Amino acid sequence: MPHLTINGNPIDVPEGTTILRAAEKLGITIPTLCDHPDLTPYGGCRLCLVEVKGSRNLSASCALAATEGMEVTTESAQLTEARRGILELLLFAYHDSGYADGQKETTQFMRWVRHYGLDPVKQQSANPYHPVNSDSNPVVWVDMNKCILCNRCIRACAEVQGRFVWELAERGFNSHIMAGAGAGMLPGRCESCGACVAYCPTGALDNKPSIGAGLPDKLVTTTCSYCGVGCQFDLNIKDGKIIRVTSNPNAPVNGMHLCVKGRYGYDYVHHPERLTRPKVRRYLLEGKAKSEIREERGEMGDTKTNHLSSHPPVSALWDWVETDWETALTITADKLRETRDHYGPDSIGILTSAKCTNEENYLMNKLARQVIRTNNIDHCARL
Amino acid sequence: MDDVAAKAQALFVIGSNTTEQHPVFGAMLRQAVIQRGAKLIVADPRRIDLTEFATLHLRQRPGTDIALLNGLMYLILENGWEDKAFIAERCEGYEEFLETVKQYPPEKVSEITGIPVAKLQQAAEIMGTVKPMAVMWAMGITQHIVGVRNVMTLANLQMLTGNMGKPGGGVNPLRGQNNVQGACDMGGLPNVYTAYQPVINEEVRKKFAAAWGVSEAPRLVDDNHTIHGLADKVGLTVTEMMPGLLDGRTHALYILAEDPIMSDPDTKHIRHCLEAADFIVLQEIFPTETSHYADVLLPGVTFAEKDGTFTNTERRVQLVRQAIPPLGEARQDWEIIAEIAWRILGADAASVEHGPWAGWDYHSPSDILTEINALTPSYAGINYERLERGERLQWPVPNAEHPGTPILHTKGFARGKGKFMPIDHIPPAERPDDDYPFVMSTGRVLYHWHGGEMTRRAESLMSLYGQALVEVNPSDAEKLHLVAESFVRVESRRGVIEAKAWVTERVPPGMVYANFHFPAASANELTQAALDPVSKIPEYKVTAVKVELV
Ligand code: SF4
Ligand code: SF4
Ligand code: FES
Repeated sequence: MPHLTINGNPIDVPEGTTILRAAEKLGITIPTLCDHPDLTPYGGCRLCLVEVKGSRNLSASCALAATEGMEVTTESAQLTEARRGILELLLFAYHDSGYADGQKETTQFMRWVRHYGLDPVKQQSANPYHPVNSDSNPVVWVDMNKCILCNRCIRACAEVQGRFVWELAERGFNSHIMAGAGAGMLPGRCESCGACVAYCPTGALDNKPSIGAGLPDKLVTTTCSYCGVGCQFDLNIKDGKIIRVTSNPNAPVNGMHLCVKGRYGYDYVHHPERLTRPKVRRYLLEGKAKSEIREERGEMGDTKTNHLSSHPPVSALWDWVETDWETALTITADKLRETRDHYGPDSIGILTSAKCTNEENYLMNKLARQVIRTNNIDHCARL
Repeated sequence: MDDVAAKAQALFVIGSNTTEQHPVFGAMLRQAVIQRGAKLIVADPRRIDLTEFATLHLRQRPGTDIALLNGLMYLILENGWEDKAFIAERCEGYEEFLETVKQYPPEKVSEITGIPVAKLQQAAEIMGTVKPMAVMWAMGITQHIVGVRNVMTLANLQMLTGNMGKPGGGVNPLRGQNNVQGACDMGGLPNVYTAYQPVINEEVRKKFAAAWGVSEAPRLVDDNHTIHGLADKVGLTVTEMMPGLLDGRTHALYILAEDPIMSDPDTKHIRHCLEAADFIVLQEIFPTETSHYADVLLPGVTFAEKDGTFTNTERRVQLVRQAIPPLGEARQDWEIIAEIAWRILGADAASVEHGPWAGWDYHSPSDILTEINALTPSYAGINYERLERGERLQWPVPNAEHPGTPILHTKGFARGKGKFMPIDHIPPAERPDDDYPFVMSTGRVLYHWHGGEMTRRAESLMSLYGQALVEVNPSDAEKLHLVAESFVRVESRRGVIEAKAWVTERVPPGMVYANFHFPAASANELTQAALDPVSKIPEYKVTAVKVELV
């Protein structure tokens, strides 16, 4: 357990702990870009420089292991100068074309740019070097003008998703990140999980469906509606609409990670086909019996092909009519009660839902058993 | 799941296409192999993505899992790799089980499964010597007429190797839908109330009757019908309710957010069944395929519009938080259910007496959870305050101070000792023949979910995977004269679909794989309602079909 001090604060940390993590434990923030606690340290951007007593060079704290007796300083005029210089260089190779990516105010890169007093508009590259939106993946937006070569996407794809889509191509001034050995993301076997987007600190990789959506009014942490893994994430809400899904690092099961359905499969919520008013078949409103429709249909001949649902509709009595809730609920309750009273409780089947909440499922169970008095309740766990 | 991802030294995945069905967990399995060098064995007829990371891929013929597992256990025993202490202290039924396993020497198993003997030996060695080993399984195990027997055979394997109840070990069923676990926990099953309290147990019935104010006294409701207290017989499963509509056992259905036309086997038959119903009320967010047969449609809400809890595949209860108001006049699903309940009761007020939980006067999902706490031992200590505080709760949580139970059976099994079951291989209900020479298996793909009701209405997912594809092996494709972009007609004894072919080595020769995400080409037009006798789960994974170029 090395013992060291950071800005004069003593701390003991386990062998192998980096200065950056030790500082975090003390609540001291060191600026970083290429580092992320989920990913292996890279030591590329050098924004996390610190001074170590007895050493003439500044050291990258994300890649420096704590040793016994170290005395570390994380803020000084020299460090500020060095960090500003690094950011200036990065900004000089960065170009924001001005589309509303919705993350501009909040990307980690912009935060440090502003923190060190640089002007992102005046000090950025005058011209773009690359086309914006350069990959055809429908969910991941690629704008290499914003890439600072922090390498986080490469590590996220490899170490979180296990897919190895991104790599660093060429060296020196021409160095850039590349998907699928130059063929693009999907040909490079990308699974569109968006992990590379979630870990990107600049918006070079962004959520394509959300470009132009702007900043959310609020974030709501909730649980995914698809599979049984139970990932959590933040719904970004603006004007009553979901404008994107972002990772929530505190999610118990998944941390920052999500799959393509969880991260990009939310827009069904606002789909125009959503049912928004109760509907009942016309025969119910006209006090007719369903058998009358069947008879009518029988006269039309082949009952096999003449489904109630066939088009054109077999009978005007089978048309949908939008109603108020009171009407729909009363009809429903009356029909269920009549069926129960006439054919007995076990003539009713209740299908509850693996898509609904525990509370809703509990009520369906109570309705079946207490109200209808049947155990005919099931859901599609079997299917 | 985190114990498996972090601690298992060997991973045995059988009947689970984890990286597509449970993608985030699938990615954790990949990382366990890449970063920790865990040994991964995948048993699957298809060359699923996970096989790229596998130490071994056992490509058994569909429907031969029991023979495979018994054969592996034969070899484990032959080499003396069984965990003798664990078996002696914690299990029973061993002798009888040994007799059965002895019938599965590797040569015979190789013949049944199509897996070379050498591979069986390699697999047995990993399973017998690398500990702990976690077993992961999903619908590839249960959706067979021998589904329950498959599950018991996996339990045998984990007891034999002493991996039961250990961190990084155990049998880990991966539940398909977000809240299958919760729907089962909440009594959404014909044989149990909440927390698996059996409906045939008189004590249990008394407890619920008292809580819900249900009196035992018979009541005349109609000229010839009386209704008694709580029903004391096990009810019908969904796979029995549907045919019940045709034979007169079932007359009306109340369906909450399910789509039997897409998800149930043998779609044509299901259409006939629903057609015959006297009354169907469907509570849904979209006009699904099933809605064509409904008499009343009640608009419920999506997860983004509601508060509540979901329980994930590892029994973790988590909050769902309302982010936006319900769309249009759509209402909270819990409110709709309660409205219907009290309307039925209202005209029938005498049927319910006083009871602490007799009423339907809820103001929020939290009120409902309080009632669940009172009646559900494993959920007794789970409440919104704790969840809001960020406590991570996996049931059982017997009281409000209890920290939850991440791993089951660490000290012993629920029923005392773990019981070995002697289980023999039974071939699938429908096997390929001259008329229907291919085996079709069904399932989902990464980009879609179940009947596709939601994912087909998600633009991004549709641009990634916009139509049904049927996987066909290249050698079969050649015989069928398929070219790029070819469509195939797949026909079973029950129906026919046409879909675009995806020529790929993922399926072995003689097998095709189809999904049920798209109404125009849903695999369930072809599947059959051959059920496991205990679980009543249909055999989706083996259907005999013929395949032709369109
Ligand atoms: S979206 Fe996922 S799979 Fe695709 S490149 Fe990014 S991290 Fe890799
Ligand atoms: S994000 Fe993907 S892996 Fe996670 S719960 Fe949703 S569907 Fe499952
Ligand atoms: S954060 Fe340390 S070098 Fe980039």
